[in-house]
Amino acid sequence: MAGRSPWAEDTARAVLAPHVGTPGALLPMLHALQETFGCIDESAVPLLADTLNLSRAEVHGVIGFYHDFRRTRPGRHIIKVCRAEACQAVGAESLLDHVRRSLRVDDGGTTADDAFTLQVVYCLGNCALGPAVMIDETLHGRVTPARFDTLAAEQREGAP
Amino acid sequence: MTPTRVFVPRDAAALSVGADAVAEALAAEATRRGEAVTLVRTGSRGLLWLEPLVEVERPDGTRHAYGPVTPADIPDLFEAGFLEAAPHPLGHGPTAGIPYLKEQQRVTFARCGVIDPVSPGDYRAHGGLAGVTRALEMTPEDICAAITDSGLRGRGGAGFPVGVKWETVRAAPGPQKYIACNADEGDGGSFADRILMEGDPFLLIEGLTIAGLATGATAGFLYLRSEYPHAIATMRAAIRIAEAEGWLGDGIHGSAHTFRLHLRVGAGSYVCGEETAMLESLEGKRGEVRARPPLPAHAGLFGCPTVVNNVLSLAAGPSILAEGPEMYRTFGVGRSRGTQPFQLAGNIRRGGLVEVGFGVTLHDLIHRFGGGTRSGRPVRAVQVGGPLGAFVPGDGLDLAADYEVLAAAGAMLGHGGIVVFDDTVDMAAQARFAMEFCALESCGKCTPCRIGSQRGVEVLDRIAAGVDRDANLALLDDLCTVMAEGSLCAMGGLTPNPVKSALRHFPEDFDRPARAAAE
Ligand SMILES: Cc1cc2nc3c(=O)[nH]c(=O)nc-3n(C[C@H](O)[C@H](O)[C@H](O)COP(=O)(O)O)c2cc1C
Ligand code: SF4
Ligand code: FES
Repeated sequence: MAGRSPWAEDTARAVLAPHVGTPGALLPMLHALQETFGCIDESAVPLLADTLNLSRAEVHGVIGFYHDFRRTRPGRHIIKVCRAEACQAVGAESLLDHVRRSLRVDDGGTTADDAFTLQVVYCLGNCALGPAVMIDETLHGRVTPARFDTLAAEQREGAP
Repeated sequence: MTPTRVFVPRDAAALSVGADAVAEALAAEATRRGEAVTLVRTGSRGLLWLEPLVEVERPDGTRHAYGPVTPADIPDLFEAGFLEAAPHPLGHGPTAGIPYLKEQQRVTFARCGVIDPVSPGDYRAHGGLAGVTRALEMTPEDICAAITDSGLRGRGGAGFPVGVKWETVRAAPGPQKYIACNADEGDGGSFADRILMEGDPFLLIEGLTIAGLATGATAGFLYLRSEYPHAIATMRAAIRIAEAEGWLGDGIHGSAHTFRLHLRVGAGSYVCGEETAMLESLEGKRGEVRARPPLPAHAGLFGCPTVVNNVLSLAAGPSILAEGPEMYRTFGVGRSRGTQPFQLAGNIRRGGLVEVGFGVTLHDLIHRFGGGTRSGRPVRAVQVGGPLGAFVPGDGLDLAADYEVLAAAGAMLGHGGIVVFDDTVDMAAQARFAMEFCALESCGKCTPCRIGSQRGVEVLDRIAAGVDRDANLALLDDLCTVMAEGSLCAMGGLTPNPVKSALRHFPEDFDRPARAAAE
């Protein structure tokens, strides 16, 4: 999966460099930072504000608007469970309950062993083969609770 | 011996049910047996219930289908002689003869699942670039006129005539104009944009280029949702290849024209699919909806005249120019011309992509193509056109899928997603979800949407709990009216659609506690 390295300003500057001068660069920059650090650290805000000549409030406003951007470092793997209509029609709500219970996490939360962060999403484009789950960037279809347990166990075993 | 070509999709849906493992097992088994096999990774044919769908090419060029294949089936398939297209319990005969596909009218999706999506040679060999070649010989006015004559309307939801929008941007003054392609595909139950971008990305690039030539725009932005990492990777690769081929950049296709394409990734906001919110997002801001006027066609991205079109609208352009607007018009009915890629989703036996002319009935789509529910239970409700679309009851499906017919019935086509629910669905919960989703995704700019949707959730919770049912139903009705009339965009404006249609067709679901008490 993507990186989760601790904040380092020189790394951050290097990550932002290719986007400097691009019109409307803030979203690509936020994505690039999250790709490297796993989240948008508070220290990124003044750096972005300086780089783009925006106020800190503006940067905060943008980060807060988008569901994708996290303010805290996630677990080793990110589990996205689809809760949109087509997946609901084939049991997404009960799958999601199972995921919350079996991992002992709330939506957006990270498991105690730091293995998983649960993110509820609305459509992964796999609506004919739901319920859909994405673990890191691997998409899974027709996910039953039992299948989910297998997938989660595989991730745990493969974990560093 | 020339190797036999075997095709395995690399589309995200196919991967989600194990296509990579199937491809690996296939290659390993071929090596073990000393069979000469060339493995080609394609997009999806859209027959998603058969994924992973493996195809074998015969010397005469016909392709034979097997699916759904698991790695465990591979030795048996070889044993049965599938490389010679021998019969097998997983076999479906020639792919083109599978009724689900045979009865479609594939125009936009003709190449999808057939070619290697990132092979420029495949693209050309299968008729690619004919549209842009034609466009390069035409005047911008004539390109816009051809699109208008085809009857093509926007496939993103609002159904606005595409040629008219292009002509407005063409005629708008300004040194810099843009094409902004809306690939945000946020509607639950829709995936046609994704399948197209993963299966035939050069078609979208060609469509964008044609829009550029038609309007004088020299740059395009593709706003692609972050939930689609596979589509992002395929489009990135395709853009790089197109640049290397001289299809994008300066002097495209050996002409004097410039067209550059930039890919931007969304960030998980549904409302950023609304065109002006998308423009704000492309500018690096919060995805708040803009008040109109000005129209994006006059002052859009960075204040410049901008065409905003859905992926499927732009992807229809190349065939219209290559084969003529008359060809495209022959499909469809009334004022809904051409083909529409419908997406059968949810509780459906044969889910997938069905591209046919407008006018097909919902019943045909769900029962003839889709085979009814996956659970085998009766169809109780169908939501057409995404989270802002109305619910249609299972016994009311004799409606033609046509912009005007659906509108007259209080429904809408939207992006062509069709979500099927069986008789275990709780429609009061679905109505609540519609309000909850609006509250979650509202851009916050206007009160009826931002606050109304939160109130809607609370009111529906009280109704579900049996508290003051009649008073709360009246309150819900008022809330819906305020949202429908007082919202700046269709997010707040159309959320009452699913809520009110659920109430109208399934009132019994809003009366559960009362009934439970009586029983
Ligand atoms: C809340 C909301 C979400 C929308 N989401 C999308 C979307 O994901 N994709 C899309 O093409 N259009 C979407 N639209 C419609 C766009 O505003 C716009 O009409 C469309 O992109 C224009 O392109 P077209 O004419 O080719 O359809 C959405 C509209 C609203 C109000
Ligand atoms: S209706 Fe909702 S989403 Fe649309 S502009 Fe108003 S607050 Fe924003
Ligand atoms: S509704 Fe779940 S993947 Fe689309």
